[in-house]
Amino acid sequence: MNGNEQGSGVRDQGAESLEKLLRAAVPRIDDDAELAHDLWPAMLRRLDERSAAVPWFDWVLMGGLAAVVVAFPAAIPMLLYYL
Amino acid sequence: MQSGVSSELEQLIEFRQGTAESREAAFEALFRQHQRAVYGWILRMVRNPAAAEDLTIQTFWRIYQAHARFDPERGFEPWARRIATHAALDWLRARRPEIGVSADFFADLAARAGTNPAITAEIRARTALAFARLRPVLRIAAILVVVEERPHKEVAEALGITVTAVKLRVFRALRLLRKDLQKQGITP
Repeated sequence: MNGNEQGSGVRDQGAESLEKLLRAAVPRIDDDAELAHDLWPAMLRRLDERSAAVPWFDWVLMGGLAAVVVAFPAAIPMLLYYL
Repeated sequence: MQSGVSSELEQLIEFRQGTAESREAAFEALFRQHQRAVYGWILRMVRNPAAAEDLTIQTFWRIYQAHARFDPERGFEPWARRIATHAALDWLRARRPEIGVSADFFADLAARAGTNPAITAEIRARTALAFARLRPVLRIAAILVVVEERPHKEVAEALGITVTAVKLRVFRALRLLRKDLQKQGITP
């Protein structure tokens, strides 16, 4: 065994003992770690919140329309015609 | 088994390209099929069951929103793991280290004091805290590779980096952990 190999062996041993200490300090999660309950109902709630929310560009469009109506009341019949 | 694989592929294609209605049905099937695996993966990183549940929902929410970018040929689980890992990283970054490690975790450490008589419960607790002080990107790499013994390739895919970069992160994590422990008079 040459000096380099010896040095690497010492380093490996040091790394191994640190890894061992880390494994003792931070327990491994069991492969059969189970979910306490089905998460689908919570996921559905999240999806429903999404459908209830109005996208920001809809608010911008509505704001623009309101501004046009206030600034040019004469345009109301034309807007109604195109709706 | 073959029909199971093909039905999952059909679900994935439906999720990617289907109508809004069929996409939601495919999403539900995928959710039910993979929620445990995604939860388990996240729990390994955040070590907090309540947070892992929230992050599982968040992960699937991100998956739902990103359906157009999904490539069915590359499989659902690696993609889900990648999104889950980033959600866990965001969560860990937003928390102080000592909060990231729950009280139950330390109670469990004390209870497991008999596992290796050479390592006392106090040393374990101090090591766990020193580990929790590492940057989340380093911590996640070390926890998945060293503690959970997951293959480097899987961890690299989940983090979106190369295998070499994973090895480097693990090396840096262990080096910083050793320095921190040595400052406390603990020589591993």
